[in-house]
Amino acid sequence: MRLITRKISARLSTRRRSRYAAPAVLVAALLAAGGLYVALSPADATNKADDASMIAKGRSLFQVGCSSCHGQNAEGIVTKRGKQYGPSLVGVGAAAVDFQVGTGRMPMAQPGVQAARKKPVYNQDEIDALGAYVQSLGPGPAVPDITQSDIDNADVVKGGQFFRTNCTACHNFAGSGGALPGGKHAPSLRGVSAKHLYEAMLTGPQQMPVFSDGVLSPQDKKDIIAYLKKNEATPSYGGFTLGSIGPVSEGLFAWIVGIGSLVGIGIWLTSSSTRSTKKKGDAA
Amino acid sequence: MSTSITTNGTKSATVAKGNKAGDAATWADERLGLAKANKLMSLRKVFPDHWSFMLGEIALWSFVILLLTGVFLTLWFKPSMGEVSYQGSYDQLRGIQMSEAYASTLHISFDVRAGLLMRQMHHWAAMLFIAAMLVHMMRTFLTGAFRKPRELNWVIGGLLLLLGILEGFAGYSLPDDLLSGTGLRIADGLVKATPVLGSYMSFFMFGGEFPGDVIIPRLYIAHVLLIPGLLLALIGAHMLLLVYHKHTQWPGPGRTENNVVGEPLMPIYMAKAGGFFFMVFGVVALMGGLMTINPVWRFGPYNPAEVTAGSQPDWYMGIAEGLLRIMPGWETHIFGITMSWNIFLPGQIGPIALFAIVLAYPFLEQWITGDKSEHHLLQRPRNAPTRTAFLAAMITLYGLLWAAGGNDILATQFHVSLNAITYFMRGAIFVVPVIAFILAKRWCISLQRHDNDKLLHGYETGIIMRSPEGGYSERHLPIADARAYKLTARERDEVYQGVNGTDANGVDAPNARVDGLRARLSRAWFATNVQKPTVAELEEGHHHAEAELEYEHAAGLDHQADGHQYDGRHDVAGDDLTHKH
Repeated sequence: MRLITRKISARLSTRRRSRYAAPAVLVAALLAAGGLYVALSPADATNKADDASMIAKGRSLFQVGCSSCHGQNAEGIVTKRGKQYGPSLVGVGAAAVDFQVGTGRMPMAQPGVQAARKKPVYNQDEIDALGAYVQSLGPGPAVPDITQSDIDNADVVKGGQFFRTNCTACHNFAGSGGALPGGKHAPSLRGVSAKHLYEAMLTGPQQMPVFSDGVLSPQDKKDIIAYLKKNEATPSYGGFTLGSIGPVSEGLFAWIVGIGSLVGIGIWLTSSSTRSTKKKGDAA
Repeated sequence: MSTSITTNGTKSATVAKGNKAGDAATWADERLGLAKANKLMSLRKVFPDHWSFMLGEIALWSFVILLLTGVFLTLWFKPSMGEVSYQGSYDQLRGIQMSEAYASTLHISFDVRAGLLMRQMHHWAAMLFIAAMLVHMMRTFLTGAFRKPRELNWVIGGLLLLLGILEGFAGYSLPDDLLSGTGLRIADGLVKATPVLGSYMSFFMFGGEFPGDVIIPRLYIAHVLLIPGLLLALIGAHMLLLVYHKHTQWPGPGRTENNVVGEPLMPIYMAKAGGFFFMVFGVVALMGGLMTINPVWRFGPYNPAEVTAGSQPDWYMGIAEGLLRIMPGWETHIFGITMSWNIFLPGQIGPIALFAIVLAYPFLEQWITGDKSEHHLLQRPRNAPTRTAFLAAMITLYGLLWAAGGNDILATQFHVSLNAITYFMRGAIFVVPVIAFILAKRWCISLQRHDNDKLLHGYETGIIMRSPEGGYSERHLPIADARAYKLTARERDEVYQGVNGTDANGVDAPNARVDGLRARLSRAWFATNVQKPTVAELEEGHHHAEAELEYEHAAGLDHQADGHQYDGRHDVAGDDLTHKH
């Protein structure tokens, strides 16, 4: 065996200075890369025949509502200073469109460091059409199927652990959101639909990093969502939450409600002393 | 008494049967000497009445609530960092490995009857305890109640505040949730920033590398025994000195440096204070029942790899947090040693310096003003403009650092840039307190001027007079005597001149430089103050008012318009202010 390999390598070695050696290696490498890509790339890019009309509808919607920033063919617009006016959407996938347009972040009401969540401008059919168009430009994550068959408490607990490890640093322990540098922020997660939560993790909108399926598997993502939904369904055991933003609001209430009312009570106690029970009109 | 005592009766005299309460009191007195103790610390001790004297009491009653609820919590809390698997009622954490401290905190919150209420009352009471101490301290400062002979009681109060903050921080760290662990991590950083010794100190504190497994038991014994014991002892000393010095009072007719006018301790003040305890308890119970504080179950167990946005200390550590957050990242390396100025300055030097100023203040002020006499009458804040302005500057600094400590919350709630807040604060903490000082001082001085105007020219009646020439003026009337007494019941400020120049032999006076500094400070302290009018000025003012009235009478005004129609000094029945055309 060792002899054979040595023989082959010896033969290859003698040819390594051949004129065809470099092109041959190049071709082999290209074939290997291409083959691997075909084998491993997401399979969402397949178009069905009836998608063609969707794509056409999406394209026409896109050209009215999106192209002024993202360009006529969603190739993005670069400003004179080399900054992005609107990024290219080739390859972002339908999931990104569904999140950005579905949560009202796109189209943006005004330029700013970050697009704010607001009432969606498009209905779900239009969003799907826009998504189909963007998906047709290049392969990207498709709108995920988040139907959950059976979630037991262990999944919720595991989701909580993933949440604390990956999410609380920006989104706060209760998903109330938090500040990021330069006026950016991590938004609140309360009242966000499961689908949009999943899409945000999958596509990493705005400041958020992408949590690809290699980092957080689809099951992990669903567990995190289950944890958040469980928290939303859990009553607030301690009373009013005071915003669930940590000790700052607690201190505010301690001073305003606590010290405020106790000083008021102190004023009341000292104003109604035995001396002040005298009637009006009594001699001083 | 039915069985009246007769000396020459046929039967022997019998002692009247007392009532049960009296019997009990006699029984106790014969064994405990209560009557003597009563004489020693008279229950007829008089306390003056003013709302601002109740602020310290809020702190006292909060402390009592802390003791009560704290004892309840110790019955279930397990101060151990041993790992257990949580199997309690809270679904979201079931099966997770955590320390016994955190697991028992969850147990108290969810599986002990009224446990969560007690936890929340304990935490709210702690917030109020320190806040009330601070407010009480501000009152004492603003009214000059810390002056001789009460300087040491001020120092005791300062120590109580420091101990209260340490006690609060220890309690904040005990549940071993993500938030308290993050707080301990910052404490670890502060300790490690000590030059040369830092890492050794941290290792001793945590029994090895952070977080170790001994810090929770150690903090626990400090939290339930050491610091509360010290607090209790110092509170006792604080109150004993209060009784010994007698309470300060506001000046007024009949109130002098040698008496106290107010209600006796028994029964009136006891009833008030006792009632106030229940009020404080009620407020704390309502807060504990209605408002979530430190929802430890949402934070999860501490894990050094995790952190949450909005990690903040409780409010009383907010200024230290603010200093840390706005400090530029300065660091130097000398002989292989890293000097973390970015943590050492704001985390150690800053708070220690601030605290030293607080403790030393009564002595500093005394040195500058040279005031060595006893004071039992309070000063109105306006009559000590420099001191009041100093506190205004300090409050401003405190507020700015507080805001800096919550910069992320400000950024998200008010949609401002986090960086902009930080850069603004770096300049503002130096500039804005100075502006506050100047404004407060000018404000005090103008209020002093206003007081003098009232004394010399009377109060503004709101009655506009038109003179025969057609000019308009507002009628002023003399203020009541009691009011005038209050306004003038203060001493004149004397600027310390210093021992100037040289003696006959041309030798400089001893300590001339220090003395010169003291004289300059004294001038800065007092020179712009407005002094109360002299007797001559007051008499001239009265004379002027009377002369003016006489002039009007002589001028033959067709109706009395001296303004007394409105202050009840003479009847208005005959007066008619309508036009008589």
